[in-house]
This record gives sequence, C-alpha cells and structure tokens, in this order.
Amino acid sequence: MTPRSPLLMAPALAWLTGLMVVPCALVLALAFFRRGIYGGVEYTFTLENFAQVFDPLYAGIFLNSARIAGTATLIAVVIGYAAAYAIAAAPRHRQPIYLFFAVLPFWSNYLIRTYAWIVLLNREGLITQLLRSIGYTGEPPSLLYTEGAVIAGLVYNYLPFVILACYAPLSRLNPELAEASRDLGGSAFTTFRRIVLPLTLPGIAAGAVFVFVLSIGNFVTPALLGGGRFQMIGNLVYDQFLTANDWPFGAALSMVLIAIMMLLLTLQAFASERASGRATAREEAA
Amino acid sequence: MKTLLAIDRVTKNFGRIAAVDDVSLAIRENEFFALLGPSGCGKTTLLRMLAGFETPSGGNILLDGKDISAVPPNRRPVNLMFQSYALFPHMSVRANIAYGLEMERLPTEKIRTRVDEIMATTQLSALADRKPEQLSGGQKQRVALARALVKRPRLLLLDEPLGALDKKLRGAMQMELKRLQHEVGITFVVVTHDQEEALVMADRMAVLKDGKLLQCDTPHEIYERPADRFVADFIGVMNFCEGRAAPDGVTARDGTMLRGRVPEGMAVDDRAVAAVRPERVTLFPAANIANRVAGTVEALAYHGLDLQLHIRTALTEKPFLVRITADAADRRPVRVGETVEIGWAAEDTRIFRN
Repeated sequence: MTPRSPLLMAPALAWLTGLMVVPCALVLALAFFRRGIYGGVEYTFTLENFAQVFDPLYAGIFLNSARIAGTATLIAVVIGYAAAYAIAAAPRHRQPIYLFFAVLPFWSNYLIRTYAWIVLLNREGLITQLLRSIGYTGEPPSLLYTEGAVIAGLVYNYLPFVILACYAPLSRLNPELAEASRDLGGSAFTTFRRIVLPLTLPGIAAGAVFVFVLSIGNFVTPALLGGGRFQMIGNLVYDQFLTANDWPFGAALSMVLIAIMMLLLTLQAFASERASGRATAREEAA
Repeated sequence: MKTLLAIDRVTKNFGRIAAVDDVSLAIRENEFFALLGPSGCGKTTLLRMLAGFETPSGGNILLDGKDISAVPPNRRPVNLMFQSYALFPHMSVRANIAYGLEMERLPTEKIRTRVDEIMATTQLSALADRKPEQLSGGQKQRVALARALVKRPRLLLLDEPLGALDKKLRGAMQMELKRLQHEVGITFVVVTHDQEEALVMADRMAVLKDGKLLQCDTPHEIYERPADRFVADFIGVMNFCEGRAAPDGVTARDGTMLRGRVPEGMAVDDRAVAAVRPERVTLFPAANIANRVAGTVEALAYHGLDLQLHIRTALTEKPFLVRITADAADRRPVRVGETVEIGWAAEDTRIFRN
C-alpha cells in the first residue's frame, strides 16, 4: 500500500457515510422519540417504541419472520450444498461454466424474477396449465399467496449465494482426505460426516447467515408472493413508515432487525476468521 | 517365501492410454518392495489399484490367493500412506491415528492402547494433542505412517513416502522406514521415482516405464545386470558407447573393440551399445584388462570418499565418467589436462540393443 491509498478510499467512504451511516443514525434517533398525534414526530425522549417491539403481537411477527427465514435457509443450504458438491466434483475446466449458470439469475432484476414466480404459481398459471395438460380436472391448486410460495421465492433468490459460499471450501478440499478416510475403513457416508462436512462447515455457515439475514429483512417477496397475508418484519416496517405513519415505531423495529443481522454477521465473521486463521497457520507451517 | 500379493496381467486404461500395461508381479510376505520409474510410468496408478481407488481394466489382483480387484478400499486389509500425507486437519495427532480403529468399531479402551503403542514406536507420544498444522514435515510423515500402521494391514502401500522431506532427513527416514518395517513385520510396497531411495530401502524392486514392467529383481541384480538400456541408464550412472555387435563385444564408432558378453539373440552387426559403470573403470589398467582406451582428463570432482573424473575419449561424444577411490587418487594423483589410459574388464561390460 502506498501512503496515498487512503485518498483513493475517500470517495467510497464519503458515499457510505453520507448515504448510509447518516440515514441510519437518523433512523436510530427517530426510534427514541414519541409519535405525534397526527402522525408526525414529537421530539420527546421515550423507550416506549422498543417496549412495543416486544409486545406479543409484534414479537410474534419477529418469530414468524425468523421461522420463515430459517426454513428458507435450511432448504437453500441443503439444495445449495448438494449443487456446490456436484460442481466441485465436476472436471476442473467445466466448473466455471456451472458456476456461471448458478449465478445467471443475478443478471436479471430481483423484482422481475419475483413477478415471474407469480406467473408460475397463480391459479391460472403455468403449473395449473401443466397439471391440466396431463389430465388434472379438479380445482386449481392454490399455490400463490401461501407461506410456501414465500419460502420458495426466498430460496430461489438466495440459492446462488449458498452455492458460491459452499463451493469455495469444497473446491479447495484436498480429495486425498476423503480417500484417506475410505482407505482407513470409512464408508462413503462416514467419510462425508466426519471429514468433508466438518471441513466445509465455514462455507455452509457463511451461506446460511447470508440467506437468513437477507430473508428475515426481506419485504418484496412476502408482499408479492405472500399477498400481504403473511407479514414478515420487513412488511411491518414498511407499513409503519408508509401506511400507519408511525415513524418512531418503524425506526425501533428497523433497529432491532439491524441489531439481529449485525449480531449474526459478526458471529459469522468471527467464525470464518478463526477458520482462515487456522488455514494461514497451516500454510505457514508447510 | 510365500507370495502375499499377486498382480496378474493387470492393465489399466484411461481412455486410449494404457497407464498400466499387462503387468504381472508377485510380492512376498514381509518384503520391502519398491515400484520404481520416472513420472508417468504407471507406478502410482498401480498403487491406487492395490489400494482400491482404481479398478483394473484387465487382469486380477490377488491377496492371499483371493481376488480383491473389485473390493472397495474400506474393505481391504491394505492401507495407503499418501504422498501429501492427507492428515485430517481438524483432528489431533491422536484422533488422526485412532480414526482407522474407530472405523473397525473396536472398544475405546483397545483403541487407546493400540494408538499409544504405535505412537511410542513412531516417537509421536509427545505430539499426541497437536494438530497437523503444528507439525514439521518429518513429524507429519510419521503421523501418516502411524495412522496406516495402527490398522495392522496385510500390506502397507507408501506413495513417495519421503518425497516431501529435505535431503538430509530423507536419508535418516530411509533407515527408519526399514527399521519400522522389520519391527512391525508388515509387507511394504513403496512407490518412488528416486532410484537411490529404492536401492537403499528395497529387498526387491520393479522398474516400470510407460506402463510396462521392465525388470523385477533385487537392487543388486538390477544394478549389476540391468535388463535393457533404459534400466541401465535410470538406475545409477552408466557410460554408454554406441556401435555394432561383434562376436565377442561391440565395435565402437571409432573402430575400438569393446569386449563383453553379447546377449542371446543379438546378431553380428546389429545396432548395440556397450555400457560400463564409472566405478568399474580403472585408471592405468593392468596388462590383463581387456578393454582399454586413451583419453584426456577434462574435469575432476572431489566427493570425499571418491573422485569423479570426466575423461574425453574418441569412444563417445560425452566425456567418459570414471570414479576412483580417494585412496587410489592419493597413490597416483591425476591433473586436469593429463593424458591417461582407462580400462575395464570384459565381464564388467554390459551390452544392450540400441
């Protein structure tokens, strides 16, 4: 690094400070004020907003969001890990092609992709038509505006993150380790459970935290695919700011959500730091 | 001695390439056997077939008379020490060594006893709780060895076991491996590209090239009576003089007659090469020495025990290599630029097809 490099960082730093840190600080400040009678903000200090967050009604929405995000994370990890495993096992020269296909959805807009799911799932959608074409005559299945649709949408959108996060440690894993386990008498399953899985856990953790954090705060997918019937915390925040006009409470909800996300990301960063610390120590010893 | 492992006309094809081509070998009980060859000769593929990671395209592998060609690696009484050691990085030394016994579902107490025993034999007891990343190269090598030995396999396969060690340590570990093999009484099959290593360690060795077995014998026999020019060149150092076969030797290109026993099936005037080891060549040969050539000393290299001379002769394009003992050099010193006569006995000449 040259002594001038902080200067090169300045624009990015200014951008982030101006457009992210400042607004976040404003929202944080907002959380400690009272809601005005006609919707405005009354500038008197209070902790009521935070107390309200833990009201069973809202805490329930938090828990529900966590459950939906957790389910989506679990499914994404299982599917994503399997895909990453298959890609890492493919011939070296083909792996970049498969990875390219895995991230291809990122090239189109998130909203458009989510709308595409509506086309797919609605009562007269592609799935219903497909069922009819193979002779199904009953009521069209109600797929859209269900919790399942929300979970499916979340899994679909965040799956590439899991694939990328799991692919990294899987592709770096020395294949001789699995062979050594087999050679020492381990079955294929034992080899996976005791050697491959523990050594690629950091990737799984990174992917899982990513999906969970992005899912729990998501409001587009539950709004479009859940039809507003299944409120997640993101929708609640949206409602407080734009419909209920209770900015202080919306701010308090945001802060609690951000706190949860930060906590998870920090834990994950710590865990991966420890794992990579081990890896560097290994390289130095070699 | 009883045959433990019989490799019977084994072939392994990768696509159109035969990595191992119709190889037959018999490895005896309690033998230290080396598979030697340049990289790409098929030795590692052969080893992987013995371990069970590759299935032969043709032929059979018999262990104690039973065909194991199709038995998966985790069901074979055969263990492999990997070239990269393949120690499990998330497990301690003790856990690495215990892993194979846990797979056998032995009682915990028994596992502990056997792991302790093998750690004592391989001088690892003090390192039991270390992780692989905290070990030196030599220590990792011992853990890998202990992890395989603790299973008490019928056959232990070692893939370039000393390849990752520095030269000095390698010498010490060669003797150590031989001592251990003797102590545990397990048949060792070592793959190596280092001919010196094979000569030092092996009871018998096989030389492979391009998937084919060239020669299988004791190190002494292979060194003294190589089967062909390739083996002669690959093992040790050799002087080669090309020419045409004569009834009792080879006529070199300059017309010099090099006497030696002509192999069976070689006709007069066939393209042939006469070979002689540098240590079989003497300076100022006695009157009864059959082969003698004049030359000029071009270079001199002192090696402690012996002296290596490069002598320019009319016989070959490359200088002739001669090794004389320090003792002989003391009695009759030679200088660079000096004209000397060199010679060797007819029975020290090896003649190959060229």
